[in-house]
Amino acid sequence: MTPEGSILSGEGLHKHYGRTPALDGADFSIHPGEVVAVLGPSGSGKSTLLHCLAGIVRPDSGSVRYDGRELTTLPDAERSALRRRDFGFVFQFGQLVPELTCLENVALPLRLNGAKRKAAEATAREWLARLEVDDVHGKRPGEISGGQGQRVAVARALAGHPRVLFADEPTGALDSLNGERVMTLLADAARDTHAAVVLVTHESRVAAYSDREVTVRDGRVKEPLAGL
Amino acid sequence: MSIGHTLLGLLESGPRHGYDLKRAFDEHFGQDRPLHYGQVYSTMSRLLKNGLVEVDGIEAGAGPERKRYAITDAGVTDVAQWLHRPEKPEPYLQSTLYTKVVLALLTGRDAAELLDTQRTEHLRLMRGLTERKRKGDLADQLICDHALFHLEADLRWLELTAARLDKLAQAVNA
Amino acid sequence: MTATDRRPRDRTDRPAPAPRTGLGARLGDLAMGVRFAVTGGREGWARTLLTALGVGLGVTLLLAAASVPHLLQSREDRGRARTPADAAQTVHRADNTLLTATADTVFRGDTVHGTLLHPDGARPPAPPGVRDVPGPGEMVVSPALRELLASPQGKLLRDRLDDRITGTIGDAGLVGPGELTYYAGSDTLTTEAGAHRVASFGARSEAEPLDPVLFVLLLVACVVLLTPVALFIATAVRFGGERRDRRLAALRLIGADARTTRWIAAGEALFGAVCGLVAGAGLFLLGRQFIGAVTVWEVNAFPADLTPVPALAALIAVAVPLAAVAVTLFALRGVTIEPLGVVRNAVTRRRRMWWRLPLPVAGLGILLLAGEFQQQDEAAPPFMIASGTVLVLLGIALLLPWAVEASAARLRGGPVPWQLATRRLQLSSGGAARAVSGITVAVAGAIALQMVFAAIQGDFMKITGQDGRRAQLNLSLPTADVSTTRQMISDFRKTEGVRAIIAGIEADAARPGPRRTGEPFVPRTQFTVGDCPSLREMARIGSCRDGDVFVVHDSTGMVDDAYIGQTARPGKQVIFNLDSRTDEPDGPPRLWTVPKTARTVDSRKDPAGETRFGIFATPAAVDTGLLAAPVARAMVRTDPRVPDAAEYVRNTAARIDPLMSVDTLQNLQRDKNYASVRTGLLIASAATMALIAASMLVSMVEQLRERRRLLSVLVAFGTRRATLGWSVLWQTALPVGLGLALAVAGGSGLGVALLRLVGKSDPDWSVLWPPVATGAGLVLLVTLVSLPPLWRMMRPDGLRTE
Repeated sequence: MTPEGSILSGEGLHKHYGRTPALDGADFSIHPGEVVAVLGPSGSGKSTLLHCLAGIVRPDSGSVRYDGRELTTLPDAERSALRRRDFGFVFQFGQLVPELTCLENVALPLRLNGAKRKAAEATAREWLARLEVDDVHGKRPGEISGGQGQRVAVARALAGHPRVLFADEPTGALDSLNGERVMTLLADAARDTHAAVVLVTHESRVAAYSDREVTVRDGRVKEPLAGL
Repeated sequence: MSIGHTLLGLLESGPRHGYDLKRAFDEHFGQDRPLHYGQVYSTMSRLLKNGLVEVDGIEAGAGPERKRYAITDAGVTDVAQWLHRPEKPEPYLQSTLYTKVVLALLTGRDAAELLDTQRTEHLRLMRGLTERKRKGDLADQLICDHALFHLEADLRWLELTAARLDKLAQAVNA
Repeated sequence: MTATDRRPRDRTDRPAPAPRTGLGARLGDLAMGVRFAVTGGREGWARTLLTALGVGLGVTLLLAAASVPHLLQSREDRGRARTPADAAQTVHRADNTLLTATADTVFRGDTVHGTLLHPDGARPPAPPGVRDVPGPGEMVVSPALRELLASPQGKLLRDRLDDRITGTIGDAGLVGPGELTYYAGSDTLTTEAGAHRVASFGARSEAEPLDPVLFVLLLVACVVLLTPVALFIATAVRFGGERRDRRLAALRLIGADARTTRWIAAGEALFGAVCGLVAGAGLFLLGRQFIGAVTVWEVNAFPADLTPVPALAALIAVAVPLAAVAVTLFALRGVTIEPLGVVRNAVTRRRRMWWRLPLPVAGLGILLLAGEFQQQDEAAPPFMIASGTVLVLLGIALLLPWAVEASAARLRGGPVPWQLATRRLQLSSGGAARAVSGITVAVAGAIALQMVFAAIQGDFMKITGQDGRRAQLNLSLPTADVSTTRQMISDFRKTEGVRAIIAGIEADAARPGPRRTGEPFVPRTQFTVGDCPSLREMARIGSCRDGDVFVVHDSTGMVDDAYIGQTARPGKQVIFNLDSRTDEPDGPPRLWTVPKTARTVDSRKDPAGETRFGIFATPAAVDTGLLAAPVARAMVRTDPRVPDAAEYVRNTAARIDPLMSVDTLQNLQRDKNYASVRTGLLIASAATMALIAASMLVSMVEQLRERRRLLSVLVAFGTRRATLGWSVLWQTALPVGLGLALAVAGGSGLGVALLRLVGKSDPDWSVLWPPVATGAGLVLLVTLVSLPPLWRMMRPDGLRTE
């Protein structure tokens, strides 16, 4: 049963790492253009949920449906292609390729998708400007600040016009001001492009940028009680 | 914070007389402000009037006679509703929230759920503030930020409490 | 530097020692580094283990190289000890003398050293390793030969060496444990049949000095093979360096100064190197137990032969740990370890060429100078050759990082994998260049050596003129009368796997009568009797029937053709027994008339490459009894479908006469020494390159592990495996490609300089390719082998931050 109108949904997801259960029957769904915050204490299984939904990790059981397709049975190559085409990712840190310039980093997903270098870099330039970091084109990730780096990462995630953006603690390594700014830019850009955003965070101020939130506790997803 | 609900909650674990109730209240929640006897009896009479408690019996012995109060079914329902109802997010909520958590633990209810519910309520408010901030000018932003930080502090505290529920349960049930 | 003087877990509060300075302080830091390596937990041990393994492999090779002089010496000593003593004057027959003759044979390509012994009396001298001289019909054999003879594979050889085995030759009588050797008793050996009378064994002659050309080559080969090993050791002590640096940063945080951390790092490396030294010694001792089982180009050795020269062993024991310390201090020179992290100066400080270039240039200069010595007929001083070569090779190794950096900086754009690889190199090319420098040096050295080898191979290889297609074996038949010879030939003809025998009985024929005026001597020529098929292999006789006679003229102009015509005149007589010294008949003249029907034809080279000429007669045309001192020659054409045909022929030969030699006809003959040095070089350079490949692999996997998280992120993006695989390939291939280019340039420069040293020009450029191809193959190999770890690290586990 797929929730009506959702673009991405997971049902009864189980995932064990060794003997440790990370997900224990988690359900989740998100609509196009919706920003959903996934809250929960550390180790509750937030990131694993994100990995399963994004087709990075295959759950032990349960189903993940994206756009009418079952992800869990899709071969690796097709899931990779899907991630390239339809998904975007922002992580907490360490996601920019240190040897590439910021511009090349943003252009990377586009190029992986087959875009020509010139075209990809032109698009990348626009997105860097949109995220207010058009002064870092030629610099390498090691030469810019954390806030700038995270903006570059957001630009990279959105440059390919993903239908779903997965953000795993996107502001985790930033101070308040930078975190706020990155979240504002991320949320605005996602709304503009009508991308669904799965926002994993443990910070309520970050979660406040969402349209609704779910809480993961002990590998299960709690929706807020209806009517409240 | 509602003393009535708190006392009701304390009665859930069994009938007590007024002196007992004061002692239990002070033990769990009276760190800063012990309860006055007068408050106990005025609250009890209100609860009696509302049918949430009943007089279970009168103990006679040396000294003054003591009424023993017991919670009614209506009283149990009232406590449950109160615990599940999120507090309106506002600064310095912790005493109420703390009371609720401890009572939930004392009465064997799901304290984690209580916290989740409260967070939802907080987030609802924070979302509104965030929205206002995004649309407003710098002054709006600063004012909203102040509120947001306070709310966040509450939530952080909630998270922390949630993470320590097991320990707390041990402590209050000891 | 207060808290660092204690072990990290030792939290007891001691008063801070006064700041130390000088040597004592440095030694203290080193000691602490050693302690860190020991107590550093799993990671510390892993690093130490990796270093120890790498250094150990290198040390094993070094020790093996240091053992080569002793190995050669002891082999030569034993070889000389068993050579029959060559006395200055003739040894007279006595109770304690014996006759010896060499009866070597070949079995399926392996040489079997054989000696026949015929004691003159009751107290014959025994060769080393032999207790009692075997009697007639008996033989003593080496363990390897005993094993071969007992095995089913050796059955054919057993037929040949069918004497009763009465003993085993001891190690003292063998050059190597795998040697096939026998001593057989004989009672028919005579000095006339080619035997020597000796009173003892053990040649006193001094060893021949090594050919100066070969000496230069060996010297260069040592340098070429050992320089990469040294580089490898230098790389090995840096294994795991980046993680160590992060640990050192933590030390800075608690107050160690920059110099102290460097020396602590050196201490850790020192410990790893010492462990490596021990491991290497162990590996060497273990490995040499098995050395006897290895036979390379007919050389094998006893474990005890593989004993390092003490001075060299001591040098290794001292130099390796010192090098570990020096390399670490040098490597950390460009790294600033700050309390909160490690800053590499690779980007900010560009590599400069100016101090790197003089090294190879100076090296070439020294070699050219040494060449001048050579031109003036003075032996080039070995140290000049060695130092020149080392300078050139080290110079190449030093130029490489600069070249990689300089060229990587110019690369732009390209497809994603290429971009990832080039950008990576631009960011930090040091590691890649380091890994590749070993290959570069090995390839450069190999190219130089191969060039020299190719140039001098003419000296060591000659075109024999033999034609291995027309006949495969050449027999030297013992002197005998014609009927016995015929019997032998028929024996060979009946031997299994023999298709044809090309045989001729040869004698002299001269013009009868006295010398004529103007003639310095009586004209004479060769007289050959053989059947039609045999004669056809020696001359273009056309149709032939038994009874035919041919006059064969030499078409090559090698032979003074006039004599043939003056001797062999159809219808006229020739004389067989004209003494060539006196021009008088030796006894009653033995005359024979050349038939009028004799046709004149052209000669043809026989399969052994010799030009035959003179009078050719078929058996029915002449009574061979007339011939004086006839000699028989025979060649065998074998059936290619019978693989052991040659062995059957040798068996027949041994049955007829153990001293008969059976040689294989081949178009080219290589000098054994030359071939073995070249093979050895190929094997050694392959081993060196494999070592380097291993170190490249370690660096690559290490780098991948450090980028685990990044790889996971890239996978999350949906990056194809192939994309990352290609980027790994490019990342290896680019520096290796540059390295190979440098190696080709440097190697051919070195080669040309060395050619001058050995007095040759005309380099053969085709030898460039095999080492280059090997290097390129290694890149592929390293990439292929790093793919599984890459796939493993591309799993999403790296995304988990817990």
